[in-house]
Amino acid sequence: MSVTEMFSNIQVFLCADQDIREDIRKVVQGLEQTAREILTVLQSVHQPSGFKEIPSKCFRARELFCLVRSQIGDLKTKFPVEQYYRFHEHWRFVLQRVTFLAAFVVYLESETLVTREEVAEILGIEVEREKGFHLDVEDYLAGVLIMASELSRLAVNSVTAGDYSRPLRISNFINELDSGFRLLNLKNDPLRKRYDGLKYDVKKIEEVVYDLSIRGLTKVPEADKDK
Amino acid sequence: MSTKDGGSRKRKQDFPQVQKPEDRQDSDVNSSSPVITAFKTFQLELDTRHDKYERLVKLSRDITIESKRTIFLLHRVTSPSVPSAEEVLAESDAKLDGVRQKIKQIAEELQGEDLYQFHKAFTPGIQEYVEAVSFQHFIKHRTLISLEDVNTRLVFLQEDKSEAKDPSAEPQEREVLAFQVTPIDYLLGVADLTGELMRMCIGSVGNGDIDTPFQLSQFLQQIHDGFSYIGNTGPYEVSKKLHTLRQSLAKVEDACYTLRVRGSEIPKHMLADVFAGRAMPMDPDEGVA
Repeated sequence: MSVTEMFSNIQVFLCADQDIREDIRKVVQGLEQTAREILTVLQSVHQPSGFKEIPSKCFRARELFCLVRSQIGDLKTKFPVEQYYRFHEHWRFVLQRVTFLAAFVVYLESETLVTREEVAEILGIEVEREKGFHLDVEDYLAGVLIMASELSRLAVNSVTAGDYSRPLRISNFINELDSGFRLLNLKNDPLRKRYDGLKYDVKKIEEVVYDLSIRGLTKVPEADKDK
Repeated sequence: MSTKDGGSRKRKQDFPQVQKPEDRQDSDVNSSSPVITAFKTFQLELDTRHDKYERLVKLSRDITIESKRTIFLLHRVTSPSVPSAEEVLAESDAKLDGVRQKIKQIAEELQGEDLYQFHKAFTPGIQEYVEAVSFQHFIKHRTLISLEDVNTRLVFLQEDKSEAKDPSAEPQEREVLAFQVTPIDYLLGVADLTGELMRMCIGSVGNGDIDTPFQLSQFLQQIHDGFSYIGNTGPYEVSKKLHTLRQSLAKVEDACYTLRVRGSEIPKHMLADVFAGRAMPMDPDEGVA
């Protein structure tokens, strides 16, 4: 085979590769759009009036997750499934975002940490690599970390809105999350960098809890709401 | 431990207070909580993945080192101190076989895994291997080895255990283990090869070999045309290497030019001196090696 032929063979490969990436990018754009919409819906819980509407907001978010599922379903058709990691970079960011959103919804509903299986179910994907388009464990953890900073913000805003018991629950939750992350041996990678931010979220929430406790606002949480 | 922790958690809810990070560590670890259990499985999964990654990095380094040695060995083909090229080639064959054994180990590590998940760990080694193997191929046949040829040499016979293990592999390849060099790695390896060819060209001129430089020049021009054809449709690294390739090509073309113009004037035994003077300032870009 001549040199020219060999290079034109590779050129064919590169073109096909670019086409796939182009397709993926288009779908991912749509997915990012939906993720922003869900975030907008959920952002309103930070407003004073939003706390009463948490169930309805979660319901709305759950509806939008249907769209996410169909978009991810579309994404799955754009590339051969066994080459997940070849194109992983394209959807890594958005997948972490939607994981965060799913985790946030689940937290608002039940105040528990979403499991990886639950996220996979909400997004309509798999947990194990062998079964197809899946949620990488690092992406799941990154999404959970994004939620942690969102919760530290929620703790502050819930005090502003007069809900003094929520920060305590958030504090317990975040502390448990923190001990969980301490179990991991992270390498010097993006996940590790993000994890390093978790301690500031923990600190922030502890400050809120401290402020509440020195003012005696935590002892009888239910009665305190009127003050 | 767990009951005590449970107690302290409850207490914390009643009298919350700011805790120092050191306190927090044991106050809240409820080892039976679902969150902690989940994170333990994540720990396991991440550790397994990182270990595999490290093993692959190590293999890749070994491959790089051994391939570089093979390339140095092959450069001796042109030197007058080596009487027969055959011997050098045979020795390089043996070395490359050793490298292939390492690649087989990579293939074993990757069995049932996504090649691209760990690609970053071994891509430097594979590129170096492509460079070495294509260099040897060029010395033997004066042509460019094809990606298919590279890959067919990386099909290994598996001893016995594979059959039960890996149902996801192609059915007809159950007893063999194949490592696939990606086209990009191949391309980058070939780009590196041009640096070696440039050295070989300058080296052979120094040894009074007049024909090789012209062959090399032609060959490099073909490769350069090939890369220009791909241009920037390829990934970023390829366009970066294209720049170095142009420099190598310029040096080789320059050498041929000098040979043509002055070759007839200079006595053969002095050619070495002429090019020793020229080659020196050209050599420093180790980046291509």
